[in-house]
Amino acid sequence: MSDAQEMTLEEREASIGGIGTARKRKEDARFIRGQGNYVDDIKLPGMLHGDFVRSSHAHALIKSINSEEALKVEGVLAVITAKDLEPLSLHWMPTLAGDMAAVLADKKVHFQNQEIAFVVATDRYAATDGIQKVVVEYEALPPLIDPKTALDDDAPIIRDDVADNDEVGQGKRHHPNHIFEWQVGDKEATDAAFEAADITISEDIAYPRCHPSPIETCGCVASMDATNGKLTVYGTFQAPHVVRTIVSLITSIEENKIRIVSPDVGGGFGNKVGAYPGYICAAAASIVTGHPVKWIESRIDNLSTTAFARDYHMTGELAADKDGKILAVRAKVLADHGAFNTHAQPMKWPAGFFNIITGSYDIPVGHVKVDGVYTNKAPGGVAYRCSFRVTEAAYLIERLIDILAQKTGIDKAEIRMRNFVQPEQFPYNSCLGWEYDSGDYPTALKTALKAVDYDGLRKEQAEKREKGELMGIGVATFTEIVGAGPVRNCDIVGLGMFDSCEIRVHPTGSVIARLGTKSTGQGHETTFAQIIATELGIPSDNITVEEGDTDTAPYGLGTYGSRSTPVAGAATARAARKIRAKAKKIAAHVLEVTEQDLEWEIDRFKVAGSDVSITMKDIAMAAYSNIPEGMEHGLETTDYYDPPNFTYPFGAYICVVDIDRFTGDVKVRRFYALDDCGTRINPMVIDGQIHGGLTEAFAIAMGQEIVYDETGNVLGASLMDYFLPSAVETPEWETDFTVTPCPHHPIGAKGIGESPNVGGVPAFSNAIVDAFAHLDVTHMPMPHTQGKVWKLLNELGLNK
Amino acid sequence: MSSQKISLTINGESVEAEVEPRTLLIHFLREELNLTGSHIGCETSHCGACTVDLNGKSVKSCTVFAVQANGGELVTIEGLANGTEMHPLQEGFYEAHGLQCGYCTPGMLIRAYRLLQENPDPSDDEIRVGISGNLCRCTGYQNIVEAIRYAADKINQAEGAD
Repeated sequence: MSDAQEMTLEEREASIGGIGTARKRKEDARFIRGQGNYVDDIKLPGMLHGDFVRSSHAHALIKSINSEEALKVEGVLAVITAKDLEPLSLHWMPTLAGDMAAVLADKKVHFQNQEIAFVVATDRYAATDGIQKVVVEYEALPPLIDPKTALDDDAPIIRDDVADNDEVGQGKRHHPNHIFEWQVGDKEATDAAFEAADITISEDIAYPRCHPSPIETCGCVASMDATNGKLTVYGTFQAPHVVRTIVSLITSIEENKIRIVSPDVGGGFGNKVGAYPGYICAAAASIVTGHPVKWIESRIDNLSTTAFARDYHMTGELAADKDGKILAVRAKVLADHGAFNTHAQPMKWPAGFFNIITGSYDIPVGHVKVDGVYTNKAPGGVAYRCSFRVTEAAYLIERLIDILAQKTGIDKAEIRMRNFVQPEQFPYNSCLGWEYDSGDYPTALKTALKAVDYDGLRKEQAEKREKGELMGIGVATFTEIVGAGPVRNCDIVGLGMFDSCEIRVHPTGSVIARLGTKSTGQGHETTFAQIIATELGIPSDNITVEEGDTDTAPYGLGTYGSRSTPVAGAATARAARKIRAKAKKIAAHVLEVTEQDLEWEIDRFKVAGSDVSITMKDIAMAAYSNIPEGMEHGLETTDYYDPPNFTYPFGAYICVVDIDRFTGDVKVRRFYALDDCGTRINPMVIDGQIHGGLTEAFAIAMGQEIVYDETGNVLGASLMDYFLPSAVETPEWETDFTVTPCPHHPIGAKGIGESPNVGGVPAFSNAIVDAFAHLDVTHMPMPHTQGKVWKLLNELGLNK
Repeated sequence: MSSQKISLTINGESVEAEVEPRTLLIHFLREELNLTGSHIGCETSHCGACTVDLNGKSVKSCTVFAVQANGGELVTIEGLANGTEMHPLQEGFYEAHGLQCGYCTPGMLIRAYRLLQENPDPSDDEIRVGISGNLCRCTGYQNIVEAIRYAADKINQAEGAD
């Protein structure tokens, strides 16, 4: 206590390492030494390895599966098929979207590389040997690959198991390949606005199928302890508690007999939210063999079977007046969900929060219709580094407003200024049902335009066009909706999407905190400690943050959709405040004053107008030794936070590209990203998140696509073909910020991890189209590969 | 399957082992020797998570057989620090926020370790080319470039002072 008293207020503040500090990361110590503990690093005594026999066909009946030769292979112990899982009712599993998905192909295969049999062996080499020897006899069926033909009368029926059902978990449907129809907005008023408008634009805009592809693939180690009947599953889970509940529901094992542990996870980006056949088969194999069983996905398995994203085929329309003021928005979407509806979003939202297509703009009326369909492709539809279908929505509106600018001849920055929701309009109720909490869009864009000398860039562009050179300026002013979410309208299998934090203050004034979320690289061990540090005046270095073990952490819905800081971060601040409230009572008791006499000062309670104070460290000891009568001992609490609203991070991005008209090579000359994520907890971590998100946006815009041929062969499911940019292609990023605190979040934070992906993709796309805008090009399909750009150059005769 | 005897030096220590000829070096390291710092990300030598230093060269241990390393000298992430003293590269990654999920980090560090011996004072562009065989999904590389720059400067200053 004496040391602290000699410090100035500023020194005390700095010693805390709280909110706003660019604190170095606590988790780095193990990672830079190769001491991380990822799932494939886990080795248990007697552990076996399992891997899959996979389908070579996209659509076929299974006539027979012959495991005889496989079982003769040295080291192979079992070959598990759907028939073996059927008595346990584990051959199919319920999805997060109300559908069923085959764990192992049951009588037919629905997509290439679908799991058919699980070979269990003493090591991974023996498992692979066994897989080679399993003989599957198929009867090929016509595959359905193009979603645009899915609802044709003569389309092949993909899901015989539900062909006669008039719904598959998300409302009425009208065709065996139809999954859902989802509408929002006022159709009549929107149609009328389009009828009456001076200017309308319409564009078919596809967001191709891509994949999150973290460097660590999915995997697990399942271990059934026969002596106590407890199943432990270590795995790559972004939402460990949800996994525990789902495993309990489908296996009928009580939840107290299931322990789910997410060890260090090597990136998630949405890939690790869902439940996959590998998890179920490893658990079943462990139950059957009595040994721990490991399953680790290969990269090809990862890209071709688990968790694709997007595949949204959109038609977007805007109605506007002559000044470019938007009067109405309309969108029709065909959503390709693959063979099973395993998309991972809050269950009442079959198209996620796609109705955020109003973006940052004050649009009086709108209508959205989304139809989901089955195809013979891998199932999924995850939110790849974005909130649920928010990147699709942002891409659509940010492309549409550029097209409107070209049609009206209004500058692309100016048309945004004319349409922004104004700061004084918040809270703003959008025509498609959201209450935007806060924002200052004009300031963000003005700051961005000034930072890049936008007028100068436009001048340079005009000069270059005179010379026949191609330069593009992409503007994107996006608004996200993240932090799912309010329990009144967000749930997963009935579980409200709250989140949680438990804080325990030890007698000597250090802390352990546990949360229902799970960091997959975002740095929760560092940043959540900073929130507690500021709230409790305890140095962040003395605060341990733990996540991912369902035996110890309070229940939470996990990390995805930028929900950790908006939801669990709020729970953290509130838990700390509950502790501080108790601490204040103890302080009053120890100092023999009333609570009203006390004021909080960085790390202590002080008697107002005097030098008498007691630090949080000393209060902690008192909580275990000297408490007021009637109070319980200890200094710990748990908070479950149900957010009153989503958060709405926003930003203004500007991308400048130069295109070689002979080769189609696109050089990103400059990328400036201004983000407003509300209160900034750790600027260093925020910048890191933005760099990473922009790089993923660059990858999506410029090259990522999971392509199928007409027979359903997945083309290029390896890193030879699927584009993960290296340091050479990746541009330099410039970051900037404004701060508009979230009015309903305890510390005003909004979330940052996904903004750069959501805003980045349209910024790249808009820049490339802008390079051709003077030639009446209004849209180009993503991804903007060099080949596609060259093709356009060739069509326009620009490469001559 | 018949096995073959190999002997090699790993992080300065002599290792002798019997391995199947088809055993990949990464599996030998991770599963036989419990050196789990090097990771597997693709099995096709694209991602670089498995990068180790073999006989003075960066190699992707997912596409090298353990028997090919026979008689070789190997450095892995576990051998980068000098006891408890971090290598300047490790320090640089910590200081410059050059990692997030940490999965690509060991391979990236071991590649950078060789890069700085090949080119002790690389430009930013040379660093980018030098690490282009190692993929990262989290950081966008910018801070990794800074981290390597930090280490290069630190090593060069220390050598200048000698």
